[in-house]
Amino acid sequence: MTAKPKVAFYWCASCGGCEEAVVDLAEKVLDVTAAVDIVFWPVALDFKRKDVEAVADGSLAAAFINGAIRSTEQEEMVHMLRRKAQVVVAFGSCSHLGGIPGLANLSDREAVMAAAYRESPSLVNPDGVMPQLGYDENGHHVSLPELYDTVRTLDQVIDVDYYLPGCAPTPALIANAVMALLSGNLPAKGSVLAPDVALCDECPRQKTKPEKLALGAFKRPSEVVLNEEECLLAQGVLCLGAATRSGCDALCIKGNMPCTGCFGPTSRVRDHGIKAMSGIASTIGSNDAAEIEKIVTAIPDPIGTFYRYSLAASLLRRRRLGAPAAH
Amino acid sequence: MPETTKEAAPGATAAQERFEPRIVAFFCNWCTYLAADLAGTTRLKYAPNVRVVRVMCSGRIDPQFVLEAFAKGADGVLIGGCHPGDCHYESGNYKTLRRYALLHRMLVEMGIEEERFRLEWISASEAEPLRVVVNDMVEKIRALGPLNLAIPSERAPEHVEEVAVP
Repeated sequence: MTAKPKVAFYWCASCGGCEEAVVDLAEKVLDVTAAVDIVFWPVALDFKRKDVEAVADGSLAAAFINGAIRSTEQEEMVHMLRRKAQVVVAFGSCSHLGGIPGLANLSDREAVMAAAYRESPSLVNPDGVMPQLGYDENGHHVSLPELYDTVRTLDQVIDVDYYLPGCAPTPALIANAVMALLSGNLPAKGSVLAPDVALCDECPRQKTKPEKLALGAFKRPSEVVLNEEECLLAQGVLCLGAATRSGCDALCIKGNMPCTGCFGPTSRVRDHGIKAMSGIASTIGSNDAAEIEKIVTAIPDPIGTFYRYSLAASLLRRRRLGAPAAH
Repeated sequence: MPETTKEAAPGATAAQERFEPRIVAFFCNWCTYLAADLAGTTRLKYAPNVRVVRVMCSGRIDPQFVLEAFAKGADGVLIGGCHPGDCHYESGNYKTLRRYALLHRMLVEMGIEEERFRLEWISASEAEPLRVVVNDMVEKIRALGPLNLAIPSERAPEHVEEVAVP
């Protein structure tokens, strides 16, 4: 019997939801484990870094890496996994586009540390103790990873072969991706492993989308009772479906919530957030500068809305370092 | 008219006097581009800091173009379109206006000062207003200084064990 292909799962700056997504394969996870040997998966299996370091370069069939890159440790680990694996898959929105952690690019390391260890209202730290990078004790050196100013996507750090989009990727997409890798029936390098059309294409409400939208006032889902069958944009809710890649089976729409863009852009778009903004702003139903200003001012957080998952992958990538603090 | 851009602002340092902003200007084929053409044929001088990109309509200006200009080193971006009601394609400039409102706000949140991004309606006959707008924008950005968007490399050392203890 020939040895099964070896795969590794690893997490960087992420919430654990992508790990959950693997578990959500349910009985399909048995097909996966029957076909491959998982040699590294910190969240579930007791293998250590040295175990992966010990295997020969290129001996893993694939490494599935979720989470954005924002610390020295994460950067080192993904460089190591890149050497060991023949194929690297950026798994989930954070790895693909920076994800929610990427919004830290509106800030910097100092502000992040101050918020977490000095300013948080739930914090008790009268002596202002801050994390240190290392110290010596009993002749041993203890060290901690260092946080970066800028959160990066996986492909800004290492070469990436494929992307599995989503927060988190759906079980169906994961199973398809794993099976495609095993069969060797691989798409072109750099492909996003989901359909290359916008979510509107598979949206169950597509027929109710008006030919011409004319948005008067944007509403948040909490401010309005939403009709469960009508196009959400037509109801004045900021739905990013028109600018976002499909493949999620319209899960949020089916839950009567707007698309927030976790699958990122299609292949024709470079900057997801600004294209989503462009498409939606164009549909504002006014030609009057003052009225338009009033309508867009009602959007509380445009960066967090349009760039919710893709700020780190955007053309500007981050708020300008050294810019005066945001209010 | 002499060029006004050579005049140093009061109190400006030598370094600020030397700074020449680079401004990418997207001008509509039917109005602002013709105004720039008219300024040229009438020998009207304005600051040479704008690099003009002609587009068929200001509505063609994808916000990605604006971000890319900033990301690749522009200190400012100017959009010139037809006055409201005058669009050659009827509604292109209104779409520009709607996008501009949100894009401008998002740029400010990304740490790009509001003076660095500007939308102006300038018709084919308005060479003088074009001169005023360009010179004014150049002066304001000169006062702000270069837009430094560079993201320094923060590479990890090869091994955690080698991280220097502060």
